[in-house]
Amino acid sequence: MRALVIDDSRAIRLILSRTLTELGFETLDAANGLEALAVLQREGPMDLALVDWNMPEMDGLQFVQAARAEPAWSRMKLMMVTTETELARVVKALEAGADEYVMKPFTRDVIAEKLALLGLGQRAA
Amino acid sequence: MQQPIAGSGEGLAPPKPRSLSVEDFAFISDFVRRRSAIVMDAGKEYLAETRLSHVVQKEGLESIASLIRTLRQGGARELEGAVVEAMTTNETSFFRDLKPFDLLRLELLPNLIAARRSTRTISMWCAAASTGQEPYSVLMMIDQHFPELRDWRINFVATDISNEVLGKARAGIYTQFEVNRGLPAQMLVRYFDGQGGKWQIKPELRARVQFKEMNLIEPWAAMEPMDIVFIRNVLIYFDQPTKTAILGKIRKTLRPDGTLLLGGAESTLGLDDNFTAVRSQGSTFYRLQTGGFK
Repeated sequence: MRALVIDDSRAIRLILSRTLTELGFETLDAANGLEALAVLQREGPMDLALVDWNMPEMDGLQFVQAARAEPAWSRMKLMMVTTETELARVVKALEAGADEYVMKPFTRDVIAEKLALLGLGQRAA
Repeated sequence: MQQPIAGSGEGLAPPKPRSLSVEDFAFISDFVRRRSAIVMDAGKEYLAETRLSHVVQKEGLESIASLIRTLRQGGARELEGAVVEAMTTNETSFFRDLKPFDLLRLELLPNLIAARRSTRTISMWCAAASTGQEPYSVLMMIDQHFPELRDWRINFVATDISNEVLGKARAGIYTQFEVNRGLPAQMLVRYFDGQGGKWQIKPELRARVQFKEMNLIEPWAAMEPMDIVFIRNVLIYFDQPTKTAILGKIRKTLRPDGTLLLGGAESTLGLDDNFTAVRSQGSTFYRLQTGGFK
């Protein structure tokens, strides 16, 4: 399985990439939504994208909207991983087409359990 | 407990525990066993230290050693209660292990609804419910997938030995960490209200479950016959005679066609021969040997 990690923080990209690798994914990363779209156009759709919200150039919500406008990418699961923790933000992300939502800070188990909800991995014990 | 990744916030590691002597660990193990039948074998010293450290902090005591000295003297009922609560609180999370909820949705509840059409009543019991995530998960799943049950009488009882966790369960207020774990985002927006950084289960859902104090090893108050009993990841803490005794009492609580759900690593094998294991939807449930839907 392949995953794209989209976050303007290099540290977060490293942490999430390592977590996903441990969970069986091959990973690519991007520092904002525009870069992420370029990666997907080059590499094709992933099984999963982890998407930060607040990023320069193109934020996570805009990326989700753009990704969902591409029929060829419709099976890609989009999971927000963000410091935005208000209910209204969660609603907005889901309405834009995000499949799941993780609030920072998170643990490895949280990521694993969310992936299980998406049908992308084993549930953490 | 895992350290949170990426940033500050709640759920940071507990205070560094003090050391617990061999004699004090033996005393605490015996004390907890007498009060709750929970077994703490060698190897659980760190768990004991961590939980006792929280009691020390909360009660404003000097150290674990002084806490145990007080317990040895006897008569400190509130402190004794606080220790039992701290040592018996079980970790839980929304939709824990996931597969039993698929089993409920795809098989157990459809069959139960068909069997109960004449009475339009379903009775369920969640034993050792801790802070309430399990019963609320069941209720969210029922509301989402079986809206016809909104007109039925759902008798849902959730019990625990700890009054403190029951209070939290009744309030239905959870931290960001707790709603991050295992809860589908769609259910978060549908069944929770944001409460200044925390999340509260909506009142109409909270009203559908009764939380009651109950010690599994003490005599039980009379209960309505149950269609489904959840006692998941609880029996593992008890010794074999206690497990057998609890299963025997559950057996008498279950309707003839009732269902028992245990934790994924648990079984009635070797404990109570009156149950039959049934494997379905990637999970296992238990029926009385003479039971089954007619």
